[in-house]
Amino acid sequence: MSMEQIVFYAFAAILVAASVAVITVRNPVHAVLFLVLTFFTSAALWMLLEAEFLAITLVLVYVGAVMVLFLFVVMMLDINITVLREGFIRYLPVGIIVALVVVVEMTIAVGPKYFGLEHFAEPARHMADYSNTKELGRILYTVYVYPFEIAAAILLVAIVAAIALTLRRRPQTKYQNAGWQVATRRNDRVRIVKMETEKKES
Amino acid sequence: MLEMLQTVWSEIPEILQIVLKIVVIVVPIMLSVAYLTLAERKVIGYIQVRIGPNRVGPLGLLQPIADGLKLVLKEIIIPTNANRFLFLLGPIVALAPVLAAWAVIPFDSNLVLANIDAGLLYILAMTSLGVYGIIIAGWASNSKYAFLGALRSAAQVVSYEIAMGFALVGVLIAAGSLNLREIVLAQQGSVMHWFWLPLLPLFLVYFISGVAETNRAPFDVAEGESEIVAGFHVEYSGIAFALFFLAEYAAMILVSVLTSVMFLGGWLSPFEGVPFLADAFAWVPGIVWLLGKTAVFLFLFLWFRATFPRYRYDQIMRLGWKIFIPITIVWLLVVGAAVLAEIGPWFD
Repeated sequence: MSMEQIVFYAFAAILVAASVAVITVRNPVHAVLFLVLTFFTSAALWMLLEAEFLAITLVLVYVGAVMVLFLFVVMMLDINITVLREGFIRYLPVGIIVALVVVVEMTIAVGPKYFGLEHFAEPARHMADYSNTKELGRILYTVYVYPFEIAAAILLVAIVAAIALTLRRRPQTKYQNAGWQVATRRNDRVRIVKMETEKKES
Repeated sequence: MLEMLQTVWSEIPEILQIVLKIVVIVVPIMLSVAYLTLAERKVIGYIQVRIGPNRVGPLGLLQPIADGLKLVLKEIIIPTNANRFLFLLGPIVALAPVLAAWAVIPFDSNLVLANIDAGLLYILAMTSLGVYGIIIAGWASNSKYAFLGALRSAAQVVSYEIAMGFALVGVLIAAGSLNLREIVLAQQGSVMHWFWLPLLPLFLVYFISGVAETNRAPFDVAEGESEIVAGFHVEYSGIAFALFFLAEYAAMILVSVLTSVMFLGGWLSPFEGVPFLADAFAWVPGIVWLLGKTAVFLFLFLWFRATFPRYRYDQIMRLGWKIFIPITIVWLLVVGAAVLAEIGPWFD
């Protein structure tokens, strides 16, 4: 086995084991941490495909930001596992049937019948100075510029909508106006009163 | 002599060569971390009109060694209800990404461990992983204070990462490359050609976000001694605690080096382009300039800690979201326009 194959099988084994662990471990925080491991190892596999931009972006966006927030939320939830486990046996047959159907469908669709080497030529190896990022940028901003812009606009609308959902007037909350705080001068708050010392009346 | 060394070097198998190179980078970092703690206590001491540690060794120079020895010999206490595996994993996860990020730092024009094309992205990805150590430690300790610290830190790091990322996007637009070596080479010319001038707002935003990202004062709410005891590392002792310390200081050095590489011309001499001084200082190796610039930023870190009181949590969020992110977005447009218009002397 070449070095590349060893790396591939090692990371693929970790990937499969971690993703199985995501759905089997009892503790939700452990599950999220296994999901982090899954993302990280799949990034390593993408690196083997010479897709370094996508690989590092996966680590940056999913592992570095999305999963942190996810972990943040899961840690604060008080999840009762026994309640979640109720009816596990009852739903098990349905779950197994769904899983089997998905596996069969995927083997039919993604199998060698359509994606074999005779349909797609093996991608050529690139030289060391090949820049995946540059190629991606070039094609994204020329050939696919409209889909790209439309996707960006949809995301922007989604952000605005998500923020608008959280905006509500809460009259009882006391917000501080940082501008006023900075603009405040001593004389606005403190008044020094000069006063003659009083003599005690005898 | 030199030829003999070269032949010996080429005899070593490649994997061992890489390991040796890593050792040559990591050992000085660890030493710098040790002496940065001493420098911090000394600098803050003098700022507060004290002397600082001066008992161990001449001028207190052996203090970090004594501290390190003490921490190694101390018992590691694992709380009864803590999650044992994650409790010990926390400090390791905190330290590993910080050290891994050093792989792409160019110390001189040819002195870099991994001259990869997407260096800047790699740095961003690695620095964003550091927060896991804090979150895992805070959760696994099974303590209220540690958990509060972890949550604060997570929210803070995620917020400031956005401003940091946008600042780096400005650098990559200006340099036209993600490779750190190319970024430094794009700043060649003179002090005025360095990116601090055309990217001044991004430079400030990046460094301040870097301070926030390393959880240093005045952004150290994750630690917050006066409110939540020691935050995420309350339950840690001995070498496990020392690893958090190492991670924090190594991250400080990393942010300082990155700021010098991206905005202050990395290994380039500040006298470049000056008539007589350029030749007079031509013999100085580039790494000296890089370390000098780094030291200035490290001093700023210590100076901040001695000067500013801790931010309140809502003030931190306001600064990150409502000030830094809008500034960086506006300046990205300015830089983009300047690059398109080829405004000299930076973008022609």
